[in-house]
Amino acid sequence: MADDLHTFHSTSNQLPPPSERIPVLRWLKQNLFSSWFNAILTIVAGALIVVLIFGLAKWALGARWEVIPANLKILLVGTYPAEQMWRVWTSLYIIAFLLGLSSGLRSGLIRRISAAAGIASIVLAILPFPWVTRGWTFGVAFAVAVGFGMGYLGKKNRWFKRLEITCWVLSFPIGLVLLNGVGGFLPVIEGRNKWGFVLNLLGAMVGIGLSFPVGVSLALGRRSKLPAIRWVCTAYIELIRGVPLISLLFMASIMLQLLLPASVRPDLVIRAMMTITAFSAAYMAENVRGGLQAIPKGQYEAAYAVGLNGALTTVLIILPQALRAVIPAIVGQFISLFKDTTLFGFIAILELLNISRSILGNLEWRGTIFELYVFIGIIFWILCYSMSYISRRVEKSLGVGER
Amino acid sequence: MSVTRDQGIIVCRDVHKWFGDFHVLRGISLTMQKGEVVVICGPSGSGKSTFIRTINRLEEHQRGQIIVDGIELTHDLRNIEAIRREVGMVFQQFNLFPHLTVMQNITLAPVWVLKMKKSEAQEIAMQLLERVGIPEQANKYPGQLSGGQQQRVVIARALAMTPKIMLFDEPTSALDPEMIKEVLDVMKELARSGMTMIVVTHEMGFAREVADRIIFFDFGQLIEENTPEEFFHNPKHERTKLFLSQILH
Repeated sequence: MADDLHTFHSTSNQLPPPSERIPVLRWLKQNLFSSWFNAILTIVAGALIVVLIFGLAKWALGARWEVIPANLKILLVGTYPAEQMWRVWTSLYIIAFLLGLSSGLRSGLIRRISAAAGIASIVLAILPFPWVTRGWTFGVAFAVAVGFGMGYLGKKNRWFKRLEITCWVLSFPIGLVLLNGVGGFLPVIEGRNKWGFVLNLLGAMVGIGLSFPVGVSLALGRRSKLPAIRWVCTAYIELIRGVPLISLLFMASIMLQLLLPASVRPDLVIRAMMTITAFSAAYMAENVRGGLQAIPKGQYEAAYAVGLNGALTTVLIILPQALRAVIPAIVGQFISLFKDTTLFGFIAILELLNISRSILGNLEWRGTIFELYVFIGIIFWILCYSMSYISRRVEKSLGVGER
Repeated sequence: MSVTRDQGIIVCRDVHKWFGDFHVLRGISLTMQKGEVVVICGPSGSGKSTFIRTINRLEEHQRGQIIVDGIELTHDLRNIEAIRREVGMVFQQFNLFPHLTVMQNITLAPVWVLKMKKSEAQEIAMQLLERVGIPEQANKYPGQLSGGQQQRVVIARALAMTPKIMLFDEPTSALDPEMIKEVLDVMKELARSGMTMIVVTHEMGFAREVADRIIFFDFGQLIEENTPEEFFHNPKHERTKLFLSQILH
């Protein structure tokens, strides 16, 4: 009997899982040539792919890529005065430095991000851009490295982490002031029409930074017990979601022009950013509401039963779980907000897409539409993919799905 | 009407409640003294869970009076919060906070509601985890624990607020048979330490062993109230006899 038990528990009769490796030829047969019809499909599709790749390669090799480096500055920062360019670089360096600092202090995801930023800037510095640009670009990697060194050395000091968070919080207003200028110290750069891709980035950052808290408040408001708050929030969400963003932008640009005198009217760029924030917040609210609805009633009851009041229950118990559940939807919203900043072009703001159109209007660069659009596509893809990559990592580290 | 403590730590007078048209509590009156352990049993849908949930206002009663430790439950939020601080609750479905560790689950309310220092709260939490027998699980998340362990954490979480009364709403109904004992053992220890407890349960062994009184509920009414001895061997009411014959085989 004891022997039987022993055999039962021992590993000797535990079998390995069946092998799932299949030889290449069998794989091909199974997946691509399993019948006559499938074989024909495979051959036709293969031929099409080859033709496409050849066509693409032929075009890429003969394309006038010089349009990108020649217009790089105007694409990225618009007509920002050349002698003030150091301000753009400095704000970039601040972010790079802070990234490095955080990754020195912490480990995990933030290290990957700052490593990616450093490598990207080195790669860009190798590409055949003007020498001055390459120098400035290399500086980004340098700033990351300096930040990392300082963070790594200061790891043991507890106040260093507090300092780090304060720096991150301060970096945004400092960056804005640097870019925009303050009367007396730095010459003010006229807000209108002068930003290029920096404007897309700023629009996205402002939009994300503001629409998130506004959206969460709207979602909570829509579930409020007070009818007045609930109706106002519901009306706002449904009104905004029922209107295309582009028409809201036109309203902000043209109607406000007619309704408000110039003295009290905010700058067009500010109006555009407010509009995209207001628009995105309504969608954010619905995403968050979805998360709130997924929280079981028992969570509220348990929180009340241990003596938490309504506000503490929301902040400590409900929101952390609800937001965690809807990270993918929220990041999706961030990504589409970022891409929607290209719609600013339609109300005569010179963001990236609009600037590329004005470059095409230049005789010298006529016909370079594909080169420019491919470039724009790549820039947007890199940033959007990074966002979705980061969100996936964050989800994983927060243990989404592990209840 | 003046309310004094010596009438009982829990005083319920003619409590009624409706879910829509359904009259779920039909005039419940019950008085409990400090340190008493009362077990409530009865068929499902008889209103026993709803009744204990009115005691910490997870359900609102619509008629009658509920007075807990001298405080009457009304719409006054301050009264409700004061009572909830003194009444701990254990749920059938555990309801631990899944995004917090065991330690954080227990220290949350003492830190945020009682404004206790974090280190002090953690010390108390560790003592409570020792008491319920799972100190080694302090830094795990609820999802990593077995049902029995989770339910013991829930008990520790409630005890961290040093409640005067503990409510148990079918605490073992969602557990695998082999885990029921570990939770009941903790509850027995708690009963012996002098805690005032109301327990809704079908565990008749537990009722026989620790209850001072057993109450039988049916159709939203308190059918029978008796000592365990009398309840099992000499039930007064026909309905009680039928119920006992169904669950005791």
